[in-house]
Amino acid sequence: MPKAILYDSTLCIGCKACESGCAERWGLPYNDKIASEEKISAHKLTAVETHGERFSRRLCMNCLQPACVSVCPVGALQKTALGPVTYDGEKCMGCRYCMQACPFQVPTYEWEKRLPLVRKCDMCSERQHHGKQTACADACPVGATINGDRDSLVAEARSRIAKEPGKYYDRIYGLAEVGGTSVLYLSAVPFEQIGLRTNVPMEALPETTWRVLELVPDVVSTGTVLLGGIWWITNRRAEVAKKEGRRK
Amino acid sequence: MKWGLPKITVWRTIFAAILLSGLYATYLRLMYGLGGSTNLSDQFPWGIWVGFDVMCGVALAAGGFTLVAMVHIFNIEQYKPVLRPAILTAFLGYLLVVVGLMFDLGRPYRVWHPLVMWNPHSVMFEVGWCVTLYTTVLFLEFLPMVFEQFGWHKPLEWIHKISVPLMILGVLLSTLHQSSLGSLFLIVPEKLYPLWYTPILPLLFWVSAIAVGLAMTIFESWHSSRAFGRALELPLLASLGRVLAVVMSVYLWIRWLDMSHRHVFNLLTLNRTETWLFGLEIALMVVPTVLLYQAKVRLSPGALYACAVMVVFGIMTNRMNVGITGMEAGSGTHYIPKWSELAVTLSIVAVGFAVFHFVAQNFPVFEAHGEETVLEEQEETEGDSVAV
Repeated sequence: MPKAILYDSTLCIGCKACESGCAERWGLPYNDKIASEEKISAHKLTAVETHGERFSRRLCMNCLQPACVSVCPVGALQKTALGPVTYDGEKCMGCRYCMQACPFQVPTYEWEKRLPLVRKCDMCSERQHHGKQTACADACPVGATINGDRDSLVAEARSRIAKEPGKYYDRIYGLAEVGGTSVLYLSAVPFEQIGLRTNVPMEALPETTWRVLELVPDVVSTGTVLLGGIWWITNRRAEVAKKEGRRK
Repeated sequence: MKWGLPKITVWRTIFAAILLSGLYATYLRLMYGLGGSTNLSDQFPWGIWVGFDVMCGVALAAGGFTLVAMVHIFNIEQYKPVLRPAILTAFLGYLLVVVGLMFDLGRPYRVWHPLVMWNPHSVMFEVGWCVTLYTTVLFLEFLPMVFEQFGWHKPLEWIHKISVPLMILGVLLSTLHQSSLGSLFLIVPEKLYPLWYTPILPLLFWVSAIAVGLAMTIFESWHSSRAFGRALELPLLASLGRVLAVVMSVYLWIRWLDMSHRHVFNLLTLNRTETWLFGLEIALMVVPTVLLYQAKVRLSPGALYACAVMVVFGIMTNRMNVGITGMEAGSGTHYIPKWSELAVTLSIVAVGFAVFHFVAQNFPVFEAHGEETVLEEQEETEGDSVAV
């Protein structure tokens, strides 16, 4: 059963407990200075943002069909059956195509290191495997971030909207964005007002490049026949011309 | 000169200055990583080392496959004199692309990983494979110049035997990865500015690669004729100019059709950086195309050269617009390369010019007589099997 995270921004109080829980899980330093940074980076894999009196959270969306996984030339990024998109630093050569391709600008880079790696939230992959909650869901004191089966979280989100239509903007972010994500958002206001990208396509992105890449065998086989054939014709024409020239 | 130093000229001074700054930038890159040597960021992970060194580098090396296809597959013998310089440019171009990549990759010592750790869904994986294989092909296509120089006939014959499959392979590999550099950006429909984002990016990249390959051939013939005091192959280059005009016309027509199907012409009324750089790109392509249709332009060395240069700059502008300019707004950030990024890029270009000059001076690049005699001999012996 694929897992997901539901973040309800109407419940979030901006306490940043998720940030410190996340830092602890990754073994990253966390202090007031880092807490005040409202963007994700290689040393802060989730960030609470303030938008007026509202809060929003940034973390990897762990897309159902992730662009980063499809573009990684060495397969360092993988979508696991349980939902998390994991990263294997041993394979990564640092081309940063995942960062370029991510529609949510999630993967970050250790720019200051001599031998850097990509950093991103992986939905606490190993905790999911052990049936445990993600560190952020665990840390949240008000239940703004919850972790569970994607299907039941979608149902939960729908029922929250149905129960209090006045409180919620009538959509679930992540249901269809880029073909669906494993992180779902509820909000009181249209999503762009809490800093989410609303211009992302509703189709899965890997399709855009696969449409071309799947033609490669066709291009190679047709091209070989075509070029070989052209060479055969033109070369013979030249041979014949030479021969005729010699006999004259 | 008293101490046996080479004569100090303006160009040599500039060359030395570029290389020194490049060396210092390399030191920064090694010691302080990408953060200390570039203006890249999490929002903008690809800069000029990708947009120029890789994307323009590969495009400018396209003369290799274009000329090989024309001379050896379509058998248009008249272009033979410019084939070798085109192959040399391509070979050097690819080597320098790999050098640029070494600067750009976070962990360059793992550059071989895609050859072992496969992901056929990745455009980058395909580009990695194609560039590796094609650089090998170009090396083999370049080898005859070395063998001839040292008079090694045996390996020369051997390489002639595999030359046709090798050349077909080279053209195919080029087709694949020239277009794939465009496919790289298909995955960012919401980030790349709509003047450039189109599902046919791979087709546009391929056609423009053919054009810039031809333009580079004219460019380097002109320069080498001046550098080595050779006579310019003007009728030949003029006819290349004619082909260039046709390829560019096809390219511009496809772009026109594409833009009208996507209804993006209204974007041109916006006063934005993208609009102006798009205008520059198109102007640099349209002006030489129109000019090249006139015989007196094609037959004037200066004008022909100017047209080739415009095409080269036009297509470089296109590559950098796709790779850099067009990505800025969608990424919500601005990117200006750091001096050290420019220093590395300029050094790579400077080394390219210098090595080309050296090889052209010391190897049979501009006279292909040796190859022809060998082929002629082969035909003498095998000729009788040809039924007329």
